[in-house]
Amino acid sequence: MGKQYETVIGLEVHVELATKTKIFCGCSTAFGGAPNTHTCPVCTGMPGALPVLNRQVVEYAIAVGLATNCEITKNCKFDRKNYFYPDNPQNYQISQLYLPICRNGRVEIETEQGCRKDIGIHEIHMEEDAGKLIHDEWEGCSFVDFNRSGVPLIEIVSEPDMRSAEEVIAYLEKLRLMIQYLGASDCKLQEGSMRADVNLSVREAGAKELGTRTEMKNLNSFRAIARAIENEKNRQIDIMEAGGTVVQETRRWDDLKEYSFAMRSKEDAKDYRYFPDPDLAPLRIDDAWIAKIKAQEPEFRTEKMARYQAEYGLPLYDAEILTGTKRLADLFEATAAICGKPKKVSNWLMGETMRLCKEREMDADEIRFSPENLAGLIALTEAGTINSSVAKEVFEHVFAEDVDPERYVEEKGLKTVHDEGALRSTVEQVLKNNPKSVEDYRNGKEKAIGFLVGQTMKLMKGKANPGMVNEILRELLSK
Amino acid sequence: MSLTSLTAVELGRKIQAREVAVTEAAEVVLASIRQKEPHIHAFVTIEEERVKKRAEEVQRQIDEGSLTGPLAGVPVAIKDNLCTKGLLTTCSSKILWNFIPTYTAEAIKNLERAGAVIIGKTNMDEFAMGSTTETSCFGPTKNPWNTGHVPGGSSGGSCAAVAAEECPYALGSDTGGSIRQPSSFCGVVGLKPTYGTVSRYGLIAYGSSLDQIGPIARDVTDCAVVLETIASYDKKDSTSVKRQDLDFTSALKEDVAGMKIGIPRDYFTTGLDPSVKEAVLAAAKILEEQGAVVEEFDLGLVEYAIPAYYVIACAEASSNLARFDGIKYGYRTDAYEGLHSLYKKSRSEGFGPEVKRRIMLGSFVLSAGYYDAYYLKALRTKALMKQEFDKAFAKYDVILGPAAPSTAPVLGESLDDPMKMYLGDIYTISVNLAGLPGISVPCGTDENGLPIGLQLIGDCFAEKKILRAAYAFERTGAYRHSPLANGEHVSERRVQ
Repeated sequence: MGKQYETVIGLEVHVELATKTKIFCGCSTAFGGAPNTHTCPVCTGMPGALPVLNRQVVEYAIAVGLATNCEITKNCKFDRKNYFYPDNPQNYQISQLYLPICRNGRVEIETEQGCRKDIGIHEIHMEEDAGKLIHDEWEGCSFVDFNRSGVPLIEIVSEPDMRSAEEVIAYLEKLRLMIQYLGASDCKLQEGSMRADVNLSVREAGAKELGTRTEMKNLNSFRAIARAIENEKNRQIDIMEAGGTVVQETRRWDDLKEYSFAMRSKEDAKDYRYFPDPDLAPLRIDDAWIAKIKAQEPEFRTEKMARYQAEYGLPLYDAEILTGTKRLADLFEATAAICGKPKKVSNWLMGETMRLCKEREMDADEIRFSPENLAGLIALTEAGTINSSVAKEVFEHVFAEDVDPERYVEEKGLKTVHDEGALRSTVEQVLKNNPKSVEDYRNGKEKAIGFLVGQTMKLMKGKANPGMVNEILRELLSK
Repeated sequence: MSLTSLTAVELGRKIQAREVAVTEAAEVVLASIRQKEPHIHAFVTIEEERVKKRAEEVQRQIDEGSLTGPLAGVPVAIKDNLCTKGLLTTCSSKILWNFIPTYTAEAIKNLERAGAVIIGKTNMDEFAMGSTTETSCFGPTKNPWNTGHVPGGSSGGSCAAVAAEECPYALGSDTGGSIRQPSSFCGVVGLKPTYGTVSRYGLIAYGSSLDQIGPIARDVTDCAVVLETIASYDKKDSTSVKRQDLDFTSALKEDVAGMKIGIPRDYFTTGLDPSVKEAVLAAAKILEEQGAVVEEFDLGLVEYAIPAYYVIACAEASSNLARFDGIKYGYRTDAYEGLHSLYKKSRSEGFGPEVKRRIMLGSFVLSAGYYDAYYLKALRTKALMKQEFDKAFAKYDVILGPAAPSTAPVLGESLDDPMKMYLGDIYTISVNLAGLPGISVPCGTDENGLPIGLQLIGDCFAEKKILRAAYAFERTGAYRHSPLANGEHVSERRVQ
C-alpha cells in the first residue's frame, strides 16, 4: 500500500469549423434546419456523387496548426475510413490518417498555481462529421438526418503530456480561446462544436512504460471532464491495487450518475481499412499560402493583454478578464472605439455584465448586446443625463434586449432632474417629513444624511442629480 | 439506306437539313430496338414516352435555331452506371433495381445541352465488374455478330446496341478496358479518354482512380465528335483536368506521314490468338504504307498489370460499393433482425458473385497487415508502369497493339473461370493504370467472322494522335466494321 501513482492523459479534441458550407459540398452548415434540408447528392452519399474540398476548411486547419506551432504538411492527403453505420451515408468517413495537415506542435499552458508547461500536439487532421440518427421508440424505427453529414471538423490529437484534470482544463481553455480568436470555431462544448475524448492511463510513479489506457467519451462540459478524469483515475488505481489489469476500452461518461461504463472493447477493434481517397487529389500547400494565413493571424491573448495595458491604460486584472473570452474582448474593443472611455467600458463589462451573466447562468459567448448601445449608455452617464442607479437599471435592458439606451431613457422619462427649484422643494419636504433624521444630523450623526438623500431620490423616482441633492441638503441642514 | 445505318454525324446532318425529324429518328431507333432486342438484349431500361417527349422538345429547339450542333436530335444509348435524373439507373445490379437518381451525370448533361435524345439505358456487367456482360443481374447481352457469343464487357450493352444498329452511338465507361474490349468484340469504335478528361460526376464508381467515360460509335468521326461534346472541366469532379485542347475533331486528318508508332513486343508473345495477331500486324502494315514509321520495342512490366489492376480496382470498389447497404435506396432484404442483419442480408442478396468476389478481394488487400504488401505495392507498380509508358512516348507518338487477346468467347464459358477472364484484360488494363487514352478500331475478323479490334494508345492528353491514326486507318477502307453494312438485319442473319 501507499504506492504513488501518476496519471497520464492525452486528448483528442474535435472542433467543428465555422465555415458557411460543408467540407465537400456547397450545402449550408447552419444548425437546426428541418431534417435533410441542408443536403445534396454529395453529403447523402448518392451513387456517382463526388467530394470537392472546401478551401476555407484547409485555411482554418492551417491557422490552428500555426497557432499551435505545428509543422504544416505541404503534401497532404485525405483517406477513407471504412465502417458501416447508418449515420454515415457512404459507409466511409473521409478523414486523414497517413498525411494529416498538421504535425508536431505544442501549446503552452499555465495552471492556476502559475506552472507553465508545454503540451505536445501529435497531429491535427481534417474530416467530415456524420449525420444524426433519430430513434422513434414509439414507432420502433429510426430516421437519419444528414444535415450534419459533411460538416467540417478538425481533430486535434495531443501527446500524452497531461498529468491532471487541472492541466487538461488549462489546455482545453487555451485551445478554445485560441480557436475562438482565430474565428475558426465558436468551440461550444454544450452544443458539441468542441468535443474532447480523454485517453487516460495510470502508472506507478517513476515508471517508464505507459499503462493501459482507456478512452472516455460523452464529456459535455469542463466540469464533466474534470469529474470523469478523477473518477477514471481512481477506477484504474482501484483495479491495480486489487491486482487486476486495466482493459483497453472506450468508456462513456454519465455525468448525472458520475460514472462511466464500457462501450466497446478495443481488442476486437474494427479494421477501418484506411486508404487514400481516390476522389480527392493530393492537397499541395505552398509557402505563400501558409505565409498569407500567418499574416492574417489575429492578436492572441498574451499580446492583447499587453496592448490593453499599454494602449488603454487598463490594470492587468482588467486586461486578464476582458481577454478571457473572445466575445468580451471584441465587445470591449468595439465599445471603447466608439466612446473613447476604455476604463468605463471595462468597468461595465467586468461589473454589471459579469454579474448578470452569472445571475442568468450565461457564458460570455452568449452576450448579445451591441457595442453601440453600451457606448450610448456610457455617454448618457458621462453627460449626466442619467445617474448611476438609473444607468444600472437601463443596462439590464441593454443586456437583455439590446435596447437603444437614449430612446429608452427618453421613453421612460428617466432623465436626471437638474432643476434646482424642483429639487429644493423636494428636499424641503423630505426635511419636513423626517425631523428625527434632521436632528440626528445636527447632533453630529453624519450618516443621517445618507438616509435623507435616499428619501429624496425615492420621491424623485431615482432621477435626481445626486450631487445637487447633496449640496442642497447640506445647505438647508446647516441653516 | 436505312436511317439506322447512318452514323451519328450523318443522322445529325439530315436532322439539321430537316430531311429527318427528331421524332422520326427516335421512332426509327425505337422500332429497331423493338425488333432486335429479343435477340440482342442490349438495353435494360427504355421509356418510350419519355423519348418521344424529349424528341419533340429537341425538335422545337432546333426549329428555334438554338440547337445547331452535330448531335442535336440524334438518339444515344447510355450505359446503366451513368446517373440519369428520373430514369432508372441500376448498374445491372439487383441492389440498385429500383434506384432513380435525383440528378444527371455531367457527361450526359453535356450531351443533353448538345441536343442528344437519350433512348435508353444499356446492359453491363454488374457494377462494370466483368468482361462479358454476363454478370448482369438482367442476364447477358448477345454479340450481334453471333448471338452465341458474348459482346464483351463491361460496356457490352452499349457496344452491342451500336453494332446491331439499335442506336447510332452510345456512352460507356472504361476502368480496365470496358469500352475498348467490347468495342473490339462487337466491331465498333470505342475510345477511353485520358483520365480526367470527362467528368466522373454521376458515374457510379467502380475503381475511382481508373474510371473514365467514353464514346462508342460506328466510326472514328463519331467518336471524336462525341468526345468533343462530353469532355469538359467540371468543378464537381476534383480529378477533372482543365484542358484547352478539346477540339478533337480537328485531328480527323488522313495523314500519318512521319507518325512514329511503337509495337510492344511483349504484347505478341503467349496467349494471343493467331488470327488477332495477324490482323493487328496487318493493320500496322497499312499504317506504315500510309507513311507512319512503325517499329517494335520492349515495354516493361506488362506482366504486372493484371495483379496491380485487380488490387487497386478491387480496393477502391470495396469502399465505393459500401454505400449500397439497403438503408437509403435500392434493394433491402425482406426479413431482418437488427441493423447488422439488414446490412448483411441486403448485401448478400443484392450483389452477384463477381461483385462479391471483388469486394472481398478489395477488403482483404486493404486490411491491417496486408495494406503495405498488396495495396501499396500495387500503387508502386502503377507508378513504375507509368514511367515505362513515359519512356515509350518519348520515342513514339502512338503505341499499337490488340485490344484483346482473342475474339468474343462463347456465352457461358468465361463465368466458370474468372482467372481466364481477368487475363483477357492484359492489353487494356495498363492504359487505365497509366491514365492514358486508348481507342479500339475494327481491323478484321477471325475465321468465324467475329471482329478483331486494333488498339491505339496515346500519351496523356494525346487523344488527337490516336484519333488521327485511327481515322487514317479507317479511311483506307481496309476493313468494313458494321455487321449490318450490307443492310441485313440481325434477326434474320445472326440468330441460330
